[in-house]
Amino acid sequence: MSHQYNFAYLDEQSKKMIRRTMLKAIAIPGFQVPFGGREMPLPYGWGTGGIQLTAAILGKTDTLKVIDQGSDDTVNAISIKTFFKTTADIAVTESTKDATIIQTRHRIPETPLRKGQIIVFQVPIPEPLQFIEPRRRETAKMHAYQEYGAMYVKLYEDIATYGRIATAFDYPVQVNHRYIMSPSPIPKYDNPKLNQSPAIHFFGAGREKRIYAVPPFTDVKSLDFEDHPFELESWNEPCSICGSTISFLDEIITDDEGTRLFICSDTEYCQKRSQGVGS
Amino acid sequence: MTGMPDKNNLPLLKVQNLSKFFGKHIGCYDINFELSPGEVIGVVGESGSGKSTLLNCIAGKTQPTNGAVFFNSSDGYIDLCMSDEAQLRKISRTQTGFVTQNSRDGLRMGISAGGNIGERLMANGMRNYSQIRKIALKWLETVEIDPARIDDLPETFSGGMQQRLQIAANLVTEPKIMLMDEPTSGLDVSVQARLIDVLRKLVSRLNLSMVLVTHDLAVARLMCHRLYVMKNGKIIESGLSDQILDDPRKPYTQLLVSSVLKP
Repeated sequence: MSHQYNFAYLDEQSKKMIRRTMLKAIAIPGFQVPFGGREMPLPYGWGTGGIQLTAAILGKTDTLKVIDQGSDDTVNAISIKTFFKTTADIAVTESTKDATIIQTRHRIPETPLRKGQIIVFQVPIPEPLQFIEPRRRETAKMHAYQEYGAMYVKLYEDIATYGRIATAFDYPVQVNHRYIMSPSPIPKYDNPKLNQSPAIHFFGAGREKRIYAVPPFTDVKSLDFEDHPFELESWNEPCSICGSTISFLDEIITDDEGTRLFICSDTEYCQKRSQGVGS
Repeated sequence: MTGMPDKNNLPLLKVQNLSKFFGKHIGCYDINFELSPGEVIGVVGESGSGKSTLLNCIAGKTQPTNGAVFFNSSDGYIDLCMSDEAQLRKISRTQTGFVTQNSRDGLRMGISAGGNIGERLMANGMRNYSQIRKIALKWLETVEIDPARIDDLPETFSGGMQQRLQIAANLVTEPKIMLMDEPTSGLDVSVQARLIDVLRKLVSRLNLSMVLVTHDLAVARLMCHRLYVMKNGKIIESGLSDQILDDPRKPYTQLLVSSVLKP
């Protein structure tokens, strides 16, 4: 372990401030709480928000899993894991089951989360109303007075243009029947996993300096119209590695002739399944 | 304008001793009037006479320094100047409409015409796409915009069409009062005539009440039952439109009426 840094890089005062903000976020499900985001040794957009939250809640006995687009071994995931191994000397894992804290970019693992686990999301744009109403002052009021007509305007525009709700990721949800929340850019396939989940979900936006949360066992409803209900993505073929028909698949182009392959986005899930099938 | 306002009903709006100061400068001072259901009131005067300040105070966009604006809402009279923001915003998206001079301020330019009309419906809890769509189409037709353009952005509309779209987007929840801030300025005369035509039809069909701020006396004569003439923030003369315009008493009103260019 390097002795140049405080445990988990951030100083204790910063961690305390972030933890207080996180408690407030847990107390008001879906509400974006501003916090004094710190400079981190990586650029905005690479997970500065998520890293700060992870640093603030990390304990010596924690086991950390980091995924990027469902994968355990992309650059972003490996770097963040190495970062916390170096600065906090904690155990890392690829197993969703064994992890106590999971930091993620763009996915919720296929393996269901359990009670006691904390999942930390890296969030680029925390404000779901931003594309309709760019004025921050105004969106704050819209949240305060629960004026969410504008959010439906976005879905209306989707149906008017594409004939269906074409929003496939960052699909807006209403948390605990109150605040409308942007569930980081996870695919809408993962939205139902937030509903009544036994785990704690924290969302950290580093550039926008905002934290919000979904506490365990909270209702999370994806917005929709009566005559255009919320629908999940589906694929015509199973994963070509593990054969799963119930996981989120990535489309991979394998040559210049346009040959396509569909494989699980969650690498750990896929690996476990193919090993299980093989043995 | 034909059709007299219904005198049997209580006034929709009672403005009492309304004043607004910007520091030492007077925005409007000691304004009193009442608006009955189905009545169209015109506020005329030169630029800077406080017309828009008055309208913004009534709409709850500006907090007046003094006075009261009683609105006959579905829960009885409410003083808009004393009510909290949540209540004000609720009233302004259900029971009143506000049409701005510049349609860019009143419309979402990046959202289709249908979306603009639908927003108020969705804000009031409508969650059925086909129903919203049907109502939007009906309103486009009502304000004489080709329903085929429902999915076009307001940016692609002409100035007159944008104003009519703005009116449709406000009227879709059937508000009791429309507040209009120079809706016809900046439009050429034939487009203006068409807009006035649409507005007059709506007023007579929906028994709509309106406070119309304008500096255009011709528009005022065509649209309004009664006129209030403002100068330096005060109402200096009021009465029936024809009476004011044909037989102005105050020198300033006489000047105003005589300054109108005649082709």
